[in-house]
Amino acid sequence: MTDATQAPPAAATRKGFAALEIDTRLLGMIGAFVLIALAFHLASDGRFVTPRNLFNLTIQTASVAIMATGMVFIIVMRHIDLSVGSVLATCSAVMAMVQTVVVPDWLGAGLGSPLNAPIAIACGLVTGAAIGAFHGWLVGYLSIPAFIVTLGGLLVWRNVAWYLTSGQTIGPLDETFQLFGGINGTLGETWSWILGLIGAAAALAGLWSARRNKVAHEFPVKPLWAEAVVAALVVGGILGFVALLNAYTIPDRVLERRFEAEGLVMPAGYTEGYGVPISIVLLIAVAIVMTVIARRTRFGRYIFATGGNPDAAELSGIDTRMLTVKVFALLGTLCAISAVVASARLTNHSNDIGILDELRVIAAAVIGGTALKGGVGTIYGAIIGALIMQSLQSGMAMVGVDAPLQNIVVGAVLVAAVLIDIWYRKRTGARD
Amino acid sequence: MAQEHAKAPVDRSGTPLVSLEDISIAFGGVQAVDRVSLDLYPGEVVGLLGHNGAGKSTLIKCLSGAYQRDSGTIRIDGEVADIRSPADARRYNIETIYQTLALADNLDAPSNLFLGRELITPFGLMDDAKMEAETRRIMARLNPNFRKINEPVSALSGGQRQSVAIARAVYFNARILIMDEPTAALGVHETAMVADLIKELKDQGLGIFLISHDTREMMELCDRVSVMKNGKMVGTERVEDVTEDDILSMIILGKNPVREAA
Ligand SMILES: Nc1ncnc2c1ncn2[C@@H]1O[C@H](COP(=O)(O)OP(=O)(O)O)[C@@H](O)[C@H]1O
Ligand SMILES: [Mg+2]
Repeated sequence: MTDATQAPPAAATRKGFAALEIDTRLLGMIGAFVLIALAFHLASDGRFVTPRNLFNLTIQTASVAIMATGMVFIIVMRHIDLSVGSVLATCSAVMAMVQTVVVPDWLGAGLGSPLNAPIAIACGLVTGAAIGAFHGWLVGYLSIPAFIVTLGGLLVWRNVAWYLTSGQTIGPLDETFQLFGGINGTLGETWSWILGLIGAAAALAGLWSARRNKVAHEFPVKPLWAEAVVAALVVGGILGFVALLNAYTIPDRVLERRFEAEGLVMPAGYTEGYGVPISIVLLIAVAIVMTVIARRTRFGRYIFATGGNPDAAELSGIDTRMLTVKVFALLGTLCAISAVVASARLTNHSNDIGILDELRVIAAAVIGGTALKGGVGTIYGAIIGALIMQSLQSGMAMVGVDAPLQNIVVGAVLVAAVLIDIWYRKRTGARD
Repeated sequence: MAQEHAKAPVDRSGTPLVSLEDISIAFGGVQAVDRVSLDLYPGEVVGLLGHNGAGKSTLIKCLSGAYQRDSGTIRIDGEVADIRSPADARRYNIETIYQTLALADNLDAPSNLFLGRELITPFGLMDDAKMEAETRRIMARLNPNFRKINEPVSALSGGQRQSVAIARAVYFNARILIMDEPTAALGVHETAMVADLIKELKDQGLGIFLISHDTREMMELCDRVSVMKNGKMVGTERVEDVTEDDILSMIILGKNPVREAA
């Protein structure tokens, strides 16, 4: 079975920039983010690209980004989930009630007990997974379109949350629980550097072993200089990110109080950075796990195969119904993790938590290159997509755009992003 | 036709590799397959012929587990086989090249070749490097010009896609091979390569069900041909007992001239 079309040039023969083999879509998204950041920086008299604002941007992005990684799998499987914001609210309500009522009063552990946060989080995760699995069962086994199931879920879970709390704001939440919110729980400078170095070392080890693996199988590899450039970019990116978050310093009065609490006096000129928020550590962990699932596990492979051709997946012996249940359950679990981050950031559970998150999460996934036709999408893309959406929103708030106009812009950007995506795919010749 | 294609006679005295007995399946009101019986012996190629919609693909999909038959029995090596899903069929070493190829277009050749049967590292993760190496190995044998190993199969030509589907069926040591119009998308040269492959696999003792519209090709490759019409079996004949014209009239008229003349 010969074929006239010639194979593309092997990677080893690519010259110059192409030899780096950096995804052009990734470059495009980073470029878009940089443009947005610079534009708002100019429009806000230099307030956007500051450690303080970028720190806040990351913690505001975390909740949506975590859910967006799961939405990638859903959309890749040709489904959709409109209920994520409401599921987040129900998980948040469950966790708020467990840590303020169930464990302290019913179980008699009292407020401030070390049991509160872990039991609440466990209950939240189980709730999210169960709701997701239930949605997945309705879609996979009863063949109700995901659009309808989760449109119903959007209404149902928003109001289940209301009943769980009798419509009241529940707070303040447990102090340990609040550590996951962002500013109330950061690693501090030293641990942030340690985490950064571990991350950089792991990235280098990963690049190295990938190359060795290719050489062992005699597959084409990039030239060494290209490998070095990529490694330098990755390490620079990781350490630069840590440096940025460390550069946002804790206000003097907070530090003073901390010294006072230990009976000490703060030395003059003492400063300390916040470092990496625990919510971001959580997001990074989610990103790594989800990427490994997508690329290295059968579960992930089956998700992509089913999205690419459901019939082929079934003929290959893949149980696509059970797969649907698992994928929705996974997103439900991620909604619960996001609920921890979002409610901890606000320090309480309120009725409107997660409202419109379905739009932000879907937009993040789509801006990040997830094709609505299914079969195509990346985890890192969705996270950058979430960052772009949040930058737009925060930037507009910073320069004083009215809230209604902000929403108009965000909605328009979502539609425009899909259009650009269609053009991009046409130009690069990808079929879907 | 020249005698160089003379086939070694198939030994049909033992137990058939596959026995399809009274297979029926209907979709809504359409009786797509109506009480069809057919045997396949080791080292034998049985051809299925008939107009579009005759029920050929549906019949073999009952064997491959893609469809669940309404009634009838499937025996493998004389034992009743419980085939209700594609996974079941794979357990009986039944491999299928579907008419639609059944490829996930967004995945590359190795991912498609091993779909549902991925190679796993000791840590439980997929061993992509090993799968890629194995794919290169088998493609070197089946289609030496195949180079687009790491590209989504949507970027491949019809012939290349077909060779991925064929590689998938051949790689896993099938005992029973089902080929539903495997040469439909191929040029002359590629078709000849598939014909050689069929002969090679037959010599290794595989049983092959082959579906094709090319009567001449079927006379050359098959040991027996079966003709279906409107879901019913018109007849099954050894190729040495019939002419191409006999086959054509079976397809068109739905009658068996050989038996009726006797
Ligand atoms: N999944 C299905 N649903 C409904 N009808 C089907 C299905 N598969 C096949 N059929 C019908 O069964 C009959 C036989 O089709 P098929 O086996 O594909 O024919 P052939 O392969 O001989 O051309 C046709 O009438 C077809 O429309
Ligand atoms: Mg057919």
